[in-house]
Amino acid sequence: MGLQVLPTRLDTRSDEHRQGRAAMIESLERVRAEHAKLPTIGGERYIQRHRDRGKLLIRERIELLIDPDTPFLELSPLAGWGTDVALGASVVTGIGIVEGVECVIYGPDLTVKGGTLNGIGLEKGLRAQDISRINRLPLIQLTESGGADLPRQAEVFVRGGTFFKNLTQLSAAGIPVLCLVFGSSTAGGAYMPGMSDYVVMVKGQAQVFLGGPPLVKMAIDEDADPEELGGAEMHSRVSGVSDYLAVDDVDAIRLGREIVAGLNWTKLGQTPTWPPDPPVHDPDELLGVIPDDLRIPFDMREVIARIVDGSRFHEFKPGYGTQLVCGWASVWGYPIGILANNGILFSEESHKGSQFIQLCNQKATPILFLQNITGFMVGTRYEQGGIIKDGAKLINAVSNSKVPHVTIMIGASYGAGNYGMAGKAYDPRFVFTWPSHRIAVMGAKQLAGVLEIVARSSAASKGVEVDEEELTARTTAFEATIEHQSQALFATGHLWDDGIIDPRDTRTVVGMSLSAAANAPLETAAGYGVFRM
Amino acid sequence: MRISRLLIANRGEVVARIARTARRLGIRTVGVYSEPDADSPALHGVDLAVPLDGVTSTETYLSIDALLGAAERTGADAVHPGFGFHAENPDFARAVIAAGLTWVGPHPDHIAAMGDKIAAKRIAADAGLPVLPTVAVGDGRIGVDIAADVSFPLLVKAAAGGGGKGMRRVDDAAGLEAAVETARGEALRSFGDDTVYLERLVSPARHVEVQVVGDGSGGAIHLFERECSIQRRNQKVVEEAPSALLDDARRKRMCDAAARLAAEIGYAGAGTVEFVADPDGEFFIEMNTRLQVEHPVTEEITGIDIVELQLDVACGRGIAVDQDDVAIDGHAIEVRLYAEDPALGWTPAVGTLHTYRRGTGPARYEDAVASGIEVTPHYDPMLGKVIAKAPDRATAAELLAAELDELRIHGPATNRNTLAATLRHPVFLAGDTTTSFFDDHPEVLDADVDPATLRSHLAAVLWARQARHRAADGLWGAAPSGWRNVPSQPQQLRLGRRATTHELSYQVDGSSLTADGLGDRIAARVVAHEDPWVMVELDGVARRVEISCAADMTWANSTMGQSAWRELSPFPAHDPTLAAGGPAAPVPGTVVGLLVSAGDVVEPGDPLVLIEAMKMEHRIAAPARARVTSVRVAVGDQVDTGDLLVELEEVD
Repeated sequence: MGLQVLPTRLDTRSDEHRQGRAAMIESLERVRAEHAKLPTIGGERYIQRHRDRGKLLIRERIELLIDPDTPFLELSPLAGWGTDVALGASVVTGIGIVEGVECVIYGPDLTVKGGTLNGIGLEKGLRAQDISRINRLPLIQLTESGGADLPRQAEVFVRGGTFFKNLTQLSAAGIPVLCLVFGSSTAGGAYMPGMSDYVVMVKGQAQVFLGGPPLVKMAIDEDADPEELGGAEMHSRVSGVSDYLAVDDVDAIRLGREIVAGLNWTKLGQTPTWPPDPPVHDPDELLGVIPDDLRIPFDMREVIARIVDGSRFHEFKPGYGTQLVCGWASVWGYPIGILANNGILFSEESHKGSQFIQLCNQKATPILFLQNITGFMVGTRYEQGGIIKDGAKLINAVSNSKVPHVTIMIGASYGAGNYGMAGKAYDPRFVFTWPSHRIAVMGAKQLAGVLEIVARSSAASKGVEVDEEELTARTTAFEATIEHQSQALFATGHLWDDGIIDPRDTRTVVGMSLSAAANAPLETAAGYGVFRM
Repeated sequence: MRISRLLIANRGEVVARIARTARRLGIRTVGVYSEPDADSPALHGVDLAVPLDGVTSTETYLSIDALLGAAERTGADAVHPGFGFHAENPDFARAVIAAGLTWVGPHPDHIAAMGDKIAAKRIAADAGLPVLPTVAVGDGRIGVDIAADVSFPLLVKAAAGGGGKGMRRVDDAAGLEAAVETARGEALRSFGDDTVYLERLVSPARHVEVQVVGDGSGGAIHLFERECSIQRRNQKVVEEAPSALLDDARRKRMCDAAARLAAEIGYAGAGTVEFVADPDGEFFIEMNTRLQVEHPVTEEITGIDIVELQLDVACGRGIAVDQDDVAIDGHAIEVRLYAEDPALGWTPAVGTLHTYRRGTGPARYEDAVASGIEVTPHYDPMLGKVIAKAPDRATAAELLAAELDELRIHGPATNRNTLAATLRHPVFLAGDTTTSFFDDHPEVLDADVDPATLRSHLAAVLWARQARHRAADGLWGAAPSGWRNVPSQPQQLRLGRRATTHELSYQVDGSSLTADGLGDRIAARVVAHEDPWVMVELDGVARRVEISCAADMTWANSTMGQSAWRELSPFPAHDPTLAAGGPAAPVPGTVVGLLVSAGDVVEPGDPLVLIEAMKMEHRIAAPARARVTSVRVAVGDQVDTGDLLVELEEVD
């Protein structure tokens, strides 16, 4: 491979590196502590009750479902963080390999509020469906749910319809939808098997009906036996809602695996063609790449050098628009283009990025965005120079680019920079976050400062005297709120990303993302909006 | 006279053994093979091989016509019978001679005389050898030295016997009559002769035998003794030379007596004079008129090729060795490697021998098996023999045990661990070997590799397995093994080994592996892995382990031993019809036949219910072995599609 190996200028013995590393480890430990809560988030009592029924926990089902020793990438694991919803939002989603096929796996956690659905859990499920659709990954639902969390029904009822619509649209798009029913799946939940291509029900456990016995009694005065009304045996033998009858949880997973094995699945995207050797520079050093203070710039090439194959990178326009590093490399042998922030976006950077995105589309190469962006440049000189037009070009290019985008939010993600660098709203195939990440309209301090200026000028225009004490208190409280909402945990809790990752796992996560994305045919941009010149 | 082309009328390792000497002496060899033996590596050593139609021994290796036909077809001018099969059949010897071929063996009359154990004792007694008090029972013949008052315990033995068949121990007078009847029945079935005799039981006994070679005209030498006391089911398993029991004086007494017997009867070729011995004395029990399985230990300590002496005598060249030139050099031990499970009552084991690879130590192998062959139930389950020689007995024992540890035998169960444990047993090492060794020390029957070795093997097995999985992962193969962004649980795996199922969990982190489920937690580091070798560092010690797989089996080998692991599916198989509770009506129709009732146990394919629909009769059959728990329909009932007809539950 003729690409140059990136040199490193990282001094791992410097105070800056050590402080950065210590700060990163502290952030990482916070995230890990949250992750560690997840497998037993339902509490001992509910876990025991579930086990006593001869059932497996949701993560045990997933472990049994995926191929031995393969990785599993859980998605949005900390959904609900910082909200009144349980951590994880009572549902588990992720991507795993089943019989050699990358599949999206979805399943409620029965030990958390009986697996009932809340608004955040619904959005988490819809995101999993999105990932299934845009990457063309078969969807396996491990179904068992008490339905909607009734006090929260308003959060889920109307929007929830999307879930069932998506199932049939996935099916129509040629993406197989499996539903393994382990327990009760009633009312709206009945449409999960109802809208699936393949349905497995566990004997004596699965119960699927539109209306349960009490509702049937109320509606038509019939005394219905639940097994006769919607038991697995009835559905497998009489109604045909179930295609396979499983003896127990384990047997249902066996059947699910056999169904996937029989899908005759072929990936339609690009295949890895470049040498997939690991980076020359130690990924462990990624922990100290970012200075403790986000305002201190760092060279994103140091990150690239610890993610890409052989640390090889062919930089594009190295002397122009230097605050945006662009170039070609590969991860796990998948050729990619990389856009990485080394500072603020000026007009030159916007031009360079727009051109680079078009080049990636021209040669059908997926793009990796590495974000550390405090925004587009402001000020009279730049407004007069048309920074809006130039920023618009970058957003135009990103929005209409059709090659897979994978975004890693590493440092700051402020303002329209988030948009231009393929933030969550720009439909990247995957978007993951480092623990150090900050996301907001702008930095908390700046935002508080802006608020203070606005308050002072408002007071001035009204001719009122500023209550300094009150303003200081208000500004301080506001800054604290913004700071709280800017942190990675808050962002991930609100599904602004697909999860927080250990920086050292970046290459693994990017590789898995590119591989998953390669299930869908590789499209390129059909055209762009008018570039404002 | 010279032999130019020798037919070896046998199978297995002895063919290879005889062919080796023949090749050295410039004699072409002809082998024979039954249908199951067509791929036998024993045939690699012969120049020509002739197929014998059939499978069983009677059809093939015991068919005199077929064997003589093979000699004729290939122009063989001599026949060596090997051991077993026709080696001690005077009729075969006569047929060979009648066909004008050279018989490599003693005179048929000597074979016949020694074949009758009662007659043999008389001959031995006439030659002045001590014999045990014996009483013949049977068709009126009278044994030597009739003791009016037999003492107990005693043995009932078949006159025409061998290999322990028809042999019964009797502890008191009350059991005598029944034992005699049983032994006679067994003797009649096995040998066509129901003559049995009573012989005083020497217990604990030592089995000492003397190798003799006669020139056929009154000259004979001995090649010292062997001890073959360690036996299972009256078959020798561990053999050695010289015997640890004898001092020089006693050795000289016994060996001279044996040579004298051979000389007096004008014996020709190799033979073995067997004694039962205890510290007080020894008694002649029989003479084997063939090459013995255990002959290599004698060859090792004397440096003499016994097969060569046999061929010399058969050609009338006499014995080229003087008794005075025969001396004992060192100590040799042989073990017989069997495909059998000592812990399961020595049950023969069969199946594909995936790998057979000898150890790398200074041992002699007499084997005729190779990787890929099938071990069949048709013949003796012996895979081969391993022989070690050293200046002293203890060193020979340890050399041989280490060789057994290193052997790769992937496939059927074998007695190798039992043999190694025997060779290392303090009682064996003390020279206190008796015929009741396995009864007295049953712990060697389920001998296993040592726990530390086993732990390193398991670590290597788990490591190699996950590495194989990762290498086969064409999607995320570059990701770390079992990578999780959210901690979930360790990898789970069930492995069966011997009679135990291990529920294992393990985790891989870089080059580290932690595993639970086999004693204390295993925390291993893999220093190097280059298929098939895994270098495992565990508890401060590194070991190199070789991993091999076939289907659901994985074998771990190191110089410290072998362990075999069977991967058990996490998904037990279930019959879909049984899972559904039983068969349902496939079409709407009328029940016209009901063939089972509640409580019946049905076999797969058994008809359960007959349904007539559209003039077609549908036969509803049992999908698997199951018990009928209830019958849901009666003859004449109308049934609809999907109606459950008969409820079944799984039975083992």
